Amino acid sequence: MDHERPDVLRSPHPGGRGQWAARILVVAIAGLAVFLGMSMATQRPASAEGETIRVTLATSLSGPIEGVEVTVTDDSGDEVAQGDTDDKGRFDAELPGPGDYTVTIDADDLPEGVSAAATERQVSVAQAEVERPAFGLSDGSTGGGGGAGRILQLLVEGLRFGLLIAICAVGLSLIFGTTGLTNFAHGELVAIGAIVAWFLNVDAGVPLIAATAIAMVVGGLVGWLNDVALWGPLRRRGSGLVAMLVISIGLSLALRYLLNIVFGGRSQPFSDYRGQRANDYGPVSLTDKDLYSIAISLVVLVMVALMLQRTKIGKAMRAVADNRDLAASSGINVDGVIRFVWIVGGSLAALGGVLFGLSDEVSWDMGFKLLLLMFAGITLGGLGTAYGALLGSIIVGVFVQLSTLVIADELKYVGGLLLLIVILVVRPQGLLGSRARVG
Amino acid sequence: MSEFLDILALSVKSLVSQSAVFFALMGVGLNLHFGFTGLLNFGQIGFALLGGYGVAISVSMWGLPLLVGVLIGVVASFVLALLLGLPTLRLRADYLAIVTIAAAEILRLAFRSTPATPVTGATRGLSGFGQDFYSLAPFETQRTYEFLGSTWTGREIWACLIGWILVTLFSLLIWQLMRSPWGRVLKSIREDEDAVRSLGKNVYSYKMQSLILGGVIAGFGGMILVLATGSANPDQFQNANTFLAYAALILGGTARVLGPVVGSMILWFIIAFSDAGLAALIRNGLIPDEILSAPDVANIRFILVGIGLMLLLIFRPQGIFGDRREIVLDAH
Amino acid sequence: MPTDTAHPLHGLAWDIGVAKPDPTIVVDDMVRSFGGLTAVAVEHLEFQRGCITGLIGPNGAGKTTLFNLLTGFDQPNTGQWSYDGRPLGRLKPHQVARLGVVRTFQLTKALSRLTVLENMKLGAQGQTGERFLSALLPGWKSQEREIEARAMDLLGRFKLDAKAQDFAGTLSGGQRKLLEMARALMSEPKVVMLDEPMAGVNPALTQSLLEHVKNLRKEGMTVIFVEHDMDVVRDISDWVVVMAAGRVIAEGPPESISQNKAVVDAYLGAHHDAPLTVEEEEIVLAEAEVAIAAQQAEDADLPTEPTRGL
Repeated sequence: MDHERPDVLRSPHPGGRGQWAARILVVAIAGLAVFLGMSMATQRPASAEGETIRVTLATSLSGPIEGVEVTVTDDSGDEVAQGDTDDKGRFDAELPGPGDYTVTIDADDLPEGVSAAATERQVSVAQAEVERPAFGLSDGSTGGGGGAGRILQLLVEGLRFGLLIAICAVGLSLIFGTTGLTNFAHGELVAIGAIVAWFLNVDAGVPLIAATAIAMVVGGLVGWLNDVALWGPLRRRGSGLVAMLVISIGLSLALRYLLNIVFGGRSQPFSDYRGQRANDYGPVSLTDKDLYSIAISLVVLVMVALMLQRTKIGKAMRAVADNRDLAASSGINVDGVIRFVWIVGGSLAALGGVLFGLSDEVSWDMGFKLLLLMFAGITLGGLGTAYGALLGSIIVGVFVQLSTLVIADELKYVGGLLLLIVILVVRPQGLLGSRARVG
Repeated sequence: MSEFLDILALSVKSLVSQSAVFFALMGVGLNLHFGFTGLLNFGQIGFALLGGYGVAISVSMWGLPLLVGVLIGVVASFVLALLLGLPTLRLRADYLAIVTIAAAEILRLAFRSTPATPVTGATRGLSGFGQDFYSLAPFETQRTYEFLGSTWTGREIWACLIGWILVTLFSLLIWQLMRSPWGRVLKSIREDEDAVRSLGKNVYSYKMQSLILGGVIAGFGGMILVLATGSANPDQFQNANTFLAYAALILGGTARVLGPVVGSMILWFIIAFSDAGLAALIRNGLIPDEILSAPDVANIRFILVGIGLMLLLIFRPQGIFGDRREIVLDAH
Repeated sequence: MPTDTAHPLHGLAWDIGVAKPDPTIVVDDMVRSFGGLTAVAVEHLEFQRGCITGLIGPNGAGKTTLFNLLTGFDQPNTGQWSYDGRPLGRLKPHQVARLGVVRTFQLTKALSRLTVLENMKLGAQGQTGERFLSALLPGWKSQEREIEARAMDLLGRFKLDAKAQDFAGTLSGGQRKLLEMARALMSEPKVVMLDEPMAGVNPALTQSLLEHVKNLRKEGMTVIFVEHDMDVVRDISDWVVVMAAGRVIAEGPPESISQNKAVVDAYLGAHHDAPLTVEEEEIVLAEAEVAIAAQQAEDADLPTEPTRGL
């Protein structure tokens, strides 16, 4: 006998709509307060809104390159800005307005062993836009190491990248496993974590490690809020999974563009650990922060794995992910487990965001970039399995970095996305997943 | 007061101007995919990208006539649908969603990348391909006209006119199709594919036809967009716009022929109103600069759309015109 | 009934895999396993044309899997089967349906957001209006009218005509079963495979459902159905096939089945003769003691003691 499942509108409680409206109002007011608070607390430099050309000169081996003369001329040949790159390898040229400009660097100022593919670039700057022309710097280190050396380098970089994707993806996979929700807003959990840490580190001067710890707490809180205010009530109502998926998209949009307003449109680095020189470890060169990133990721992931295997709550999580009804009937507090999953997921996402921000700078849309790679990782590993998420994410990270051997660096994410599509076509249940879940 | 009237006039203009047309066309295609067939296509903007760039590249880079450019755009959308559909139409809904969103992002990144500059103009995009299109207009496109209380350029009027004609034609097409047995099969697929198979219909083939037709319609949307704005730029085709189209569709009512059209018009009225209203409030100092400044206004629209989408789905998933009994997004 | 001498299956041996005089579906060496579990392993099975064959067996016996295999919803690991002498190979479900073999599902698949009438019209085969290009032209309208007339006629027979314009989602469970059956008939099939047609149906409706199934036979269709209710099976089946653990363990007319030891074993488990209650166990023990005592007495030639009362 099939039952009609309650549709999205029907609430099991009388006066349900009033309850809903009250909940939304409370969350909205809280959200507005946070937003207003953050906006007022953050001072953005006045020049942030004008048209700017930013030149950054750095290579992995030599680090940021200081003292290179940069000249910017407008389309009638008049010089608009001139100066040298600072100790962070940076030169910002403020422009009088939008339009076409030519940016030139003085190749003679480049250090020994560093060459530029181009010394002059044409850029078109739109209103309030920041343009970053690239000059194709290479430091010859790739030539010295030979093919194998480069591959090893990319492998290690890929490992680092994959590990941080894994940290972000574990939460996503567990949320899917325990609730069936494909959470398109998970990327924003990552971004929120990174941005909170950024404000603490850059604006409030809190050392990054402490800022990260605080960000992880905030991340856990945001995850908890997600379940308490939104997903829990929707689940109890019997909302369809597709409806929840689209709701998560709406949430993702709203959060992402809120972050754009609060944080701004440019990507920014943390103020700690900048301009590190890479150290050589045999054929591989890594900065200290890369090394720490790998180490921290490994430690955290091992801790997560131990929690899942050894602790009571971990076993409960696996039970709920495996078969929710069965777990409930064996006395497991399913709602409590799910809430815990959200807290852990949010917390881990924040950590992943900080790690990503360390290597790739913090930006308002970093969440979406990572989201697709997270999906790639967990589908490769097997949707709903925590270990699958780990394995798959690492493979995706390595693949993305290795793909730069054959495609341009700016297209490396495309490699990851193509991998995602191929997996879904060839083996949709992933490496560790079971066929039944695919449908 | 006059400022308010200006804002109102601007919003009324948005009701029928190029953004509304673009999202109406995207929405008509999405309605076929999602509203009628139950396909969760999150990569609709990718089809629009191919349609728009098809025209732009053909005319400005390869010097081909407009009609050939349109044909190329149509063929490109067709091919994308095939490439996407062939491997994925047998997958579950959320898998299709992920694949389509990934595909649209791949396209945007590829078209935006430096290696693609000779063909696509990379981040700068392409321009200067509209002459043929505008020379077709039976009226003077260089001057401006007063219409509905605001100023329109002749080019805008022509582009929107053609756009709305396309919207009407495609809506009629969909209406005719959905009344036919072909449409009935699609709606049944949305309900339960196995039941449809057990009655002798090739479900895979129908899903593919739906994907192709809806994708081609979105391709036409892309063409109108690039012709109306005079430039083809990868940032016009970011994935957030797919969800704006979804919001418009759900607002108007899924599985209703006029749903995406009305939804798009109303959505753009609201967006234009809030954009202009917020800008005015900021300009007049009613909103302090620390909280919101002028460039942020564009972001507010996505926040509104995101929140709006959530509220719609939670409280009124059938939108304005939908039938409660036929709610597309419910528990399965 | 096969007891009737004129019946085609009269006098047929009650052997597993026995050949039928006029088989429409023949299965050979079909095996379907998932991982280590064998869901179906049928050496030889034939279904008689124009008869009603009941397929019974405990849960997990593989009945629905067999249905899925025969109708293309699943692919066997090995084996072949044929319909009307034509080997079916790796056909897709919609291709099997087009050949005239139609099935219903254990969990009814009434298309909830379509009306009852639309559900019915969907069932018809060979509709020109279902082709994309033809749909754009008005040519399909006349065929649609015929289909609608046929649909209303069938709905009338199933007493669902009053509900024609209602959404199928508003029907009761039993009405949906009727709808699914009626819809299957719209395709004018030759073989109808019903998966638990009576499950969850109001007992008042069961009788009319049974009549409808018997009517199918009258109209010359072959019916294969899965059921758990033995009364139903006995009432309408011409032949019964019993499955357990993926294999066919018995075949024969309905009356032969309840006596069959293998069938009873399958339903009750191999130790069906073990005592089921404490009292029974005492009786068995007491009887055993008496037998031992009698044996000992015989051996020792001692006067037997009177048996102790229980």
